[in-house]
Amino acid sequence: MSAYLSIENVGITFQGDKGPFCALRDVSLKVDKGQFISIIGHSGCGKSTLLNIVAGLSAATTGGVILENAEVTAPGPDRAVVFQNHSLLPWLSVYDNVRLAVDKVHKARDKAWRHDWTLHNLSLVRMEEACDKRPGEISGGMKQRVGIARALSMEPKVLLLDEPFGALDALTRAHLQDGLMEIHQRLGNTVLMITHDVDEAVLLSDRIVMMGNGPAATIARILAVDLPRPRRRVDLACDAAYTHHRAEVLRFLHGHDTARDAA
Amino acid sequence: MDATIESTTTLAPDQVASSEDAPPRLWLGGLGAGIAWLAAALVVEFWPNFDDWAYTTELASAAGALGGGLLFASVAGRRLPGIDRLRSLAPWLVALALLLTSWEIFTAKLNLLPRPFFAPPQAFLEVYFEDWRRLGECVIRSLLLLAPGFFIGAALGFASGVALGWSRIAGYWGHPILRLIGPLPAIAWLPIAFFAFPSSWSASVFLIALASGIPVAILTWSGVAGVNSAFYDIARTLGASQRFLVLKVAVPAAMPHVFVGLFMGLASSFSVLVVAEMMGVKAGLGWYLQWAQGWAAYGNMYAALLVMAVMCSGLVTLLFKIRDRLLAWQKGLLRW
Repeated sequence: MSAYLSIENVGITFQGDKGPFCALRDVSLKVDKGQFISIIGHSGCGKSTLLNIVAGLSAATTGGVILENAEVTAPGPDRAVVFQNHSLLPWLSVYDNVRLAVDKVHKARDKAWRHDWTLHNLSLVRMEEACDKRPGEISGGMKQRVGIARALSMEPKVLLLDEPFGALDALTRAHLQDGLMEIHQRLGNTVLMITHDVDEAVLLSDRIVMMGNGPAATIARILAVDLPRPRRRVDLACDAAYTHHRAEVLRFLHGHDTARDAA
Repeated sequence: MDATIESTTTLAPDQVASSEDAPPRLWLGGLGAGIAWLAAALVVEFWPNFDDWAYTTELASAAGALGGGLLFASVAGRRLPGIDRLRSLAPWLVALALLLTSWEIFTAKLNLLPRPFFAPPQAFLEVYFEDWRRLGECVIRSLLLLAPGFFIGAALGFASGVALGWSRIAGYWGHPILRLIGPLPAIAWLPIAFFAFPSSWSASVFLIALASGIPVAILTWSGVAGVNSAFYDIARTLGASQRFLVLKVAVPAAMPHVFVGLFMGLASSFSVLVVAEMMGVKAGLGWYLQWAQGWAAYGNMYAALLVMAVMCSGLVTLLFKIRDRLLAWQKGLLRW
């Protein structure tokens, strides 16, 4: 029985000015349908490169990605991406940015359905009021919400989030995390999210994939987060299991991982 | 969009002051401008001309009417619609009145400037009143030459710019050609154009199209080539085809550059228009200039120059209006 999304021995080597540069090697990960996976690691460890390979924007040098028994060879609407801070086309309104994806993915549906579906997805992220605004006129948090609405509207098999809340202030980030958790709970999406934020990783994920440092980075450890859902950040603040998971990730990131030293 | 523009203009510091305080009864700038224009009217009418000049009284009444209108506006003040837009023009209105007065004094009144070369203001009026039919026809003929040339050039330039920016093969073949031909002034093709085309009209259209097409092509090309690759990534993750990437991403993203190209193309098409009309075409403002100079009718020449200036700047303004409408998403990034 193969997994829903399977990353198999993926490696990538770039041809740089100073000869070949191996960014990733032997990355293997199996993700079940509906799972929320976070990828955490220091800057430059190839997290975004890995996400781009899954998205199909970059081609792996070795290995490959299999999504529901089909190999990923090019970008496609079955893997929607939300980028860190440039997810929207600036000349289109909020509505048109989502509608663009809806028209592309749901070609078979009629116009009225596509209109309703666009508004429905905007309302999932509470952005239906700002339909006519352009990206230049709304805040960073709102832009990310629209990016998420567009990704959801495509009903992708996998949602790929590349540090979606990285550029936002703490309060906005918390709001959006809660929103994302609620949507994930309701729709059961399969999510792969890159993050720098330890709390975000523990709060949202079923599993946290910790990547070692580059060059030739690979997965160092995978931490299963078996906290019951729905999760509420306030309740978890003092939860022993939560603080334990959080400490594990922190230890990994800051180099005091006893398990790894022993190995 | 418009609402935001409005709010920024009303927030300009000097206007905040005037709207916060009790609305001034009198528009002082308008009062000054009105007085200046009335003074100009008096000088024109009652200071005797050195020589006999027609339309002196008409000029005086026009200046007087403007002055009277400004005086009325300054008293009626805030109740007049559109007065706020006029408000900032007051210094210019004063300066123009002074300019007209001194011009009138140096030419018609004292005759200090050499005569056939410097015409007094009333000579302009004379031309507009007595030769408006021919002048109007020339404007229309010029526009009929300019419009097809500019549109053909802009369309071809745009299409080839997109092709050059997008396709590797088009870039390979097009780049050297554009490099070679681009810097050449379109006027240099004039002898070939008049030889190769059946009529002087089609030759001129070709030259205008060439002059406007090349900047459009170059700027469109650089715009398409410089599109943020993140935009393509976004579109590709939506499952975009090549066609979609060109039409929905590359072209809209390159539009700010395209408009710079259109502006430059329009400007260079004016110069080609005038030269072409001077050389071959038997109508139009360029021809009128040439004809007026030939007859030493300098008043006609200046009058035609003024018409040409108004026409060209009007077209540029129109282009900018279109741009501001189309590129509203870029507001704040546009600096010119």
